[in-house]
Amino acid sequence: MSVAELPRRHYLNANYNIWSWLLTTDHKRIAILYMISLTLFFFVGGAAAILFRLELMTPQGDLLISETYNRLFTLHGVVMVFFFLIPSIPAVLGNFLVPMMIGARDMAFPRLNLLSWYLFMAGGILAIAAIVGGGVDTGWTFYTPYSTTYANSQVMAMAMGIFVAGFSSILTGMNFIVTTHTMRAPGMTWFRLPLFVWSHYATAVIMVLGTPVLAISLALIALERGLGVGIFDPKLGGDPLLFQHLFWFYSHPAVYIMVLPSMAVVSEIVPCFARKRIFGYSFIAFSSVAIAVLSFLVWGHHMFVSGQSVFAGMVFSFLSMLVAIPSAVKVFNWTATLHKGSISLETPMLYALGFIGLFTLGGLTGLFLATLAVDLHVHDTYFIVAHFHYIMVGGAVMGYLGGVHYWWPKMTGRLYPEWWGRVSAVVVFVGFNLTFFPQFVLGYLGMPRRYHVYPDEFQVLNVMSSAGASILGLGYLIPLVYLLWSLKYGKAAGPNPWNAKGVEWQTPSPPPTLNFDETPVVTEEAYAYPPLDESSAEGEPLEPVAN
Amino acid sequence: MNTHLAHHFDDADQQFDAARLGMWIFLATEIMFFGGMFVGYTIYRVNYPQAFAVGSSHLQLVAGTVNTAVLLLSSFTMALAVRCSQTNRRTGTVFLLAITLLLGVVFLGIKGFEYTEKFATHHVPGESFSLSEPHSSPVDPQHVELFFSFYFAMTGFHALHMIIGVALVTIAATQAWKKCFSAEYYTPVEITGLYWHFVDIVWVFLFPLLYLIR
Repeated sequence: MSVAELPRRHYLNANYNIWSWLLTTDHKRIAILYMISLTLFFFVGGAAAILFRLELMTPQGDLLISETYNRLFTLHGVVMVFFFLIPSIPAVLGNFLVPMMIGARDMAFPRLNLLSWYLFMAGGILAIAAIVGGGVDTGWTFYTPYSTTYANSQVMAMAMGIFVAGFSSILTGMNFIVTTHTMRAPGMTWFRLPLFVWSHYATAVIMVLGTPVLAISLALIALERGLGVGIFDPKLGGDPLLFQHLFWFYSHPAVYIMVLPSMAVVSEIVPCFARKRIFGYSFIAFSSVAIAVLSFLVWGHHMFVSGQSVFAGMVFSFLSMLVAIPSAVKVFNWTATLHKGSISLETPMLYALGFIGLFTLGGLTGLFLATLAVDLHVHDTYFIVAHFHYIMVGGAVMGYLGGVHYWWPKMTGRLYPEWWGRVSAVVVFVGFNLTFFPQFVLGYLGMPRRYHVYPDEFQVLNVMSSAGASILGLGYLIPLVYLLWSLKYGKAAGPNPWNAKGVEWQTPSPPPTLNFDETPVVTEEAYAYPPLDESSAEGEPLEPVAN
Repeated sequence: MNTHLAHHFDDADQQFDAARLGMWIFLATEIMFFGGMFVGYTIYRVNYPQAFAVGSSHLQLVAGTVNTAVLLLSSFTMALAVRCSQTNRRTGTVFLLAITLLLGVVFLGIKGFEYTEKFATHHVPGESFSLSEPHSSPVDPQHVELFFSFYFAMTGFHALHMIIGVALVTIAATQAWKKCFSAEYYTPVEITGLYWHFVDIVWVFLFPLLYLIR
């Protein structure tokens, strides 16, 4: 590869004025703003996790009292779900890449895009205010009537924070849908779109249709706490279960807001590092849409033991199992793409492979939980904690980190140190499994979630989990350090360091403010990697394959 | 050619399509937002049909009916305003938007009058709620309070949308007055119109569900 240099003018050095960042309408700069804020929230949420993992080293409550423990796990849940995972890939990578991948100059609504970041920050500040002002002890689920009547903590401020941040999610979703519909470059037909865009389109549909339901649920909680409007109040004949229905109607699809974009990232990384066309393009594309549709029909599986009718439970159990089909379609297609590919294990690929393994495990344990009888046994235990962390951390965060590494050269124009990248991927994978695998066992043995005191016989597994958490924390700090280091000292990447297909690699790195010097014209389908013949399959995978 | 074309669009048609599609998607989120309350209303009305009928009988049918007429009329003037802006009739646009604005304010005024009456008769949910029903009535007053919870939550959020709509119409009318629009560019009038019709339609559902179930 010839020595690359950074282009003279690009979006990062177009203007150094602080207002050129705070008032930018450039989707790439907004993505960077999101990335910085999300990193901060990630480490706030992570710090809470480290604290309660420390407490759980011993069976007694010797570091925290119950009230503090409740506030810590609520803080961790709320910050990680609403202020990191949900916006993570869409608002950072999606914001940066969706316009570039379809050959557009910007999102359809650049000012709404900026507004979405401000709403996100306003919501974040409200949430931080709630934390500083005493925290919230309801859990991230805000179940009524505890949250409306009994909780003596900052529920109002936190609910308002999430309400406001929800609108940022809605605006991002709107932008994706309209951008994908109206801004595609000449020749970019729907079936030439990268699967990244398909997945983000499906995610956006969930954001747009799900988030307002969360908004109304939280608004009704606020009305009940603040004004005495008693829709969920059992004293008036109101039904607290209605809140659970409304809450999970959003919050189950929200899981797919987190994981679909990760699948988007993996669908880009796998063909690139296997030097192969993706297997079953349209199956992967439509499985994203199928996941988005099914995600709205399964919320009741969170309520199998909440007094929901048995018949409803059976229907939700069946529908929940259906979600496994499009999920498995994706996993099988990625695996088939790897088959007979020329695989190289750069950092993004390590994260992507980690995603596939951990997501599969998380998905399969989801089937346990969708089974009515098994769910009765493991409901509200560490089994479910482990399950959703395999999806949310093993899935969503691995995908986020993989994507950040894969597109880091595009975003910053510089290469990160590859050796350290691989180390971080391995450390994160090991730390993750050591943290969460023991929790499957703990849950199966009957340790309930959300308690800081537990019987002595659970200690060994808890110590393993806490040890894993410290490794995982280290695994997240390593990329933070070397990515920042690479901003100054990294080698210039050149437009296409991975020899990847895709419109976004045809423009300099970092791209100019308007993304492309001239509007690209698309003439081939996505992932048109040339076929591997016998000789080139043995060669250096990163060298351009002879055409 | 067109000073309203933003740098990232190729032509005015693309920009107009994007704006209109964006508004439709936003309206889809609004349907889901109100949908949550409609679901709650449905469940509780099935559970407590008599209490909901009693609650409904305490609403002022005349005020509600007049308000329905006012809003339907305002939708009509809004539709005409959009048509005027499409066909370059500036005074017509301004005049019709002003009428729409006025009708919106009238609606909010009548709503405010109804709310005041509810406060005076202690029909607002909360500590001071009381229901002057005969003691022989089979209806639990607390279930009636639930009806009023929905009444205030639903009409309250609707009124909030009306206030935003009035602000939007004011902006559109001012811009029309300043000759910002032409047959080539009338996007703000179009999308304000879409929003206004949506808020009207919500009321078209609220009115029978709240006022006409006595």
